[in-house]
Amino acid sequence: MSSSLSISSSISQPAASSLVWQRLQRNPVSFAALCVIVLIAAAAISAPIVAPYAPDATDPAASLQPPSWHHALGTDEFGRDQLSRIIFAARVDLLVAFAATFVAVSIGGLLGAVVGYSRGWTDTIAMRIVDALMAFPAFVLAMGITAGLGNSTTNVAIAISITQIPAYLRLTRGEMLRLREMEYADAARTVGNPTWRIVLIHLLPNCLPPLIVQATLSTGFALLTMASLSFIGLGIQPPQSEWGVMTAEGASQIVTGEWWLFLFPGLAIMTSVLAFNLIGDGLRDLLDPRMRGLR
Amino acid sequence: MALVEIRDLQMHFPLGGVAGTLARLRGQEQPVVRAVDSVSFDIEAGETVALVGESGCGKSTVARCLVRLVEPTAGSVRYDGTDIARLDAHAMKPLRRDIQMVFQDPTASLNPRLSVRRMVEEALTLHTKLPAKERRDRVEELTQEVGLGRDLLDRYPHELSGGQRQRVNIARAIATNPRFVVLDEPTSALDVSLRSRAILLLEKLREQLGLSYLFISHDLATVKYLASRVAVMYLGSIVEMSGTKDLFAKPLHPYSRALLAAVPVPDPDAKRDDFALSGEIPSPIDIAPGCRLRGRCPLAKPVCAERPPLKEVAPGRFVACHLV
Amino acid sequence: MTELLEISDLTVHFEINQGAIEAVDHINLTIRRGEVLGLVGESGSGKSVTSFAILRLIRPPGRVSGSVHFDGVDLGRLSEEEMRRMRGAKIAMVSQTPRTALNPLLTVGKQISRLLMVHAGLSPREADKKMLEMLRLVRIPAPEKRAKQYPHQLSGGMCQRIMIAMALATSPQLLLADEPTTGLDVSIAAKILDLLRELSAKTGAAIMLVTHDLGVVAEICDRVAVMHAGQVVECAPVRELFHNPAHPYTKALVRSIPRVDRDVVLEPIPGSVPSLVNPPSGCRYAGRCEWVMDRCRVARPTMIEAGPGHVVACYGFEERRGTC
Repeated sequence: MSSSLSISSSISQPAASSLVWQRLQRNPVSFAALCVIVLIAAAAISAPIVAPYAPDATDPAASLQPPSWHHALGTDEFGRDQLSRIIFAARVDLLVAFAATFVAVSIGGLLGAVVGYSRGWTDTIAMRIVDALMAFPAFVLAMGITAGLGNSTTNVAIAISITQIPAYLRLTRGEMLRLREMEYADAARTVGNPTWRIVLIHLLPNCLPPLIVQATLSTGFALLTMASLSFIGLGIQPPQSEWGVMTAEGASQIVTGEWWLFLFPGLAIMTSVLAFNLIGDGLRDLLDPRMRGLR
Repeated sequence: MALVEIRDLQMHFPLGGVAGTLARLRGQEQPVVRAVDSVSFDIEAGETVALVGESGCGKSTVARCLVRLVEPTAGSVRYDGTDIARLDAHAMKPLRRDIQMVFQDPTASLNPRLSVRRMVEEALTLHTKLPAKERRDRVEELTQEVGLGRDLLDRYPHELSGGQRQRVNIARAIATNPRFVVLDEPTSALDVSLRSRAILLLEKLREQLGLSYLFISHDLATVKYLASRVAVMYLGSIVEMSGTKDLFAKPLHPYSRALLAAVPVPDPDAKRDDFALSGEIPSPIDIAPGCRLRGRCPLAKPVCAERPPLKEVAPGRFVACHLV
Repeated sequence: MTELLEISDLTVHFEINQGAIEAVDHINLTIRRGEVLGLVGESGSGKSVTSFAILRLIRPPGRVSGSVHFDGVDLGRLSEEEMRRMRGAKIAMVSQTPRTALNPLLTVGKQISRLLMVHAGLSPREADKKMLEMLRLVRIPAPEKRAKQYPHQLSGGMCQRIMIAMALATSPQLLLADEPTTGLDVSIAAKILDLLRELSAKTGAAIMLVTHDLGVVAEICDRVAVMHAGQVVECAPVRELFHNPAHPYTKALVRSIPRVDRDVVLEPIPGSVPSLVNPPSGCRYAGRCEWVMDRCRVARPTMIEAGPGHVVACYGFEERRGTC
């Protein structure tokens, strides 16, 4: 077994990025999930072209229509086209999910790298704060922050990223503790690198693979948090189209039998979150060093 | 004055973990690992001194002190007259240009995310004000010097073979024209045929660039080939220090003798010295007083209960043994 | 009487995207009862793959052809279950990484006893008794105490002794030792080699020793097979091999290593081990050989007699012998 491994690893490998691409294609589920996200993102970006109606165009004559040829996913009580609203809502949802994740990865990763490398008392303090934050239910924390900051799209994004920073911080710190003992870290020191260069240029890039996996998985979670916040009225406010808001509006109609108002935004949330999770799982298998060299 | 003068170098690590905490709770002195205990020797400009011994003897710790990856707990390391044992990172920086190191594991010592070019260039960027173009030329010159093709410059470590990786390490170490290079088992991870090439390369570079080497190794055959003087370490101390020829012709310390006797010789008719020590290397935590080899040495006498000093028994030959 | 192990035309391919890696190419070897056969070569020469192939441990994408007869039994025809029993009881293996081969959650004593209970059908009490006997056999001091320890509490040398004890617990007739001393300190390695040699004499087990170290070969082997790039190029009794090496690769190998017993001029082997992905027909050493002729690149040389019990596969040797 080990012999076959050493042999295949001695063959020159293609560049890492093309390897990732090749492997991703061999994992059909993750690949399909990636296609779904790309599709949703593309629809969101080109919403004005793709959407059949304007998201806020009311049509009193066609209120509460079930799905039909004119309105594929039906209409709400004001006669707004459900499909167009879902497409436009994807803009807010994806943007906030990506932005919140990006901010959380950047801040959490950087702080984690610094405290992991320096260890000592900064590390102790940072980790106790992280422990405290992680012990607090993330959703309640996000609720508190949005309530405190006031609800706007930006504030929702800030709230979500704050709840996610601890996870990245802890992950990067752990990686850093391991990497700082690597021989190439010693080599960087002997060559005369100042500390900031060792952390930023030599070690942080090597922390990225697990960070990327974590980021993909929690982009889905960020989206879910935002939809939940909006659902309970703390996130994005109506009449802005947002999947959580739409689900909340739809939920009130469900007793009267207008099921499509609740089902389709809910499905949009579920599909996106599931897709992010599947991509994350696929990436984890892909970037796991133990999987390298295997085919 | 020698280029590098090491005096009474000492590196003690306080023992952490359960054992350390327990001892502290009982009010005892916290036990320490005596990784290096009063080691002194010189390295002259242009010479290769080898530090040999088995794993755990403290040779790599000495190396890490000399390039100031760690700060020794006591003693001095004078490089060209400056004691670097206590310098802070800022004061140490200009000296990093002169003092370099080649690490043991050619794979682990290369950053997997940097190309060969960037790794070799880095030292130049940090220590010189060369413009980009000249830096590039110098990188190409360096890789040529260590026998790496120009086509490898933009490759990443995982695309290189073990021998090529070690050449990158060597190129990086000599990039700033250092005067003193610590070689920490540079050949032990290499395959037979690559090993001999690496040895020849190191020898060539020493001659061409006038380098001084501290060669850390447990491979006595390579030591015999490369070093002019050898220091044999056992449990943190030097037990014998001598010219290479003398040592290999007739090791004086029982430990050196046992070490040499254990090396397999590629000659089925070779006469073997049966001299062997009993047991294995004891832990460097609770070292009994007296000669550290006492418990394992077949020649031990009552006098060995006292610690033998390292004394000069012939010109240039130092042995720490009462029986010599 | 048949030989203990007869390998004929053994070939191992690994299918990969770019084609097939021919890791082992039509090798023929025999191991006699009670002898120590050394299998030497650089890494990538296929020596470890050969031992895996003997044990039928090559898994897809690897493909094996040719035959291996053990004690007259064709191992290729055994069922998976019969082969499993064969691996435990008649052919045992000692690997290069004893620590990872041992179960970290069981005491070493338990691991040996369990093995004895499963393979020799002993009762727990008998197994424990035999286990202590085995530990004594491999010279583990204070076996009662060591048996209760876990692998992480033992040194590398001790772990290797435990592995050897486990391998010998079921009195196998053949022991495959894959670089058993690589990574161990010289003095420990020397003791392990002595132990292997002595145990082979005592139990009558044959040993196939896979190594890259010619010193180790000279030390304990009776016969040696030299492998290069998946092919056996020369096979001879150990004295004959060192005194009259016939194949240019063997000669180059001997010249390429530094040694402690005499002063040598190092001559690295030219070139590197050729790629085993779709290698050309003909001698695989042709690209590195000083004697290379046109026919070497076309057809693979067959084994010819070079002396008593000494065979070599080289056209250059054939020609030279004819002239003198």
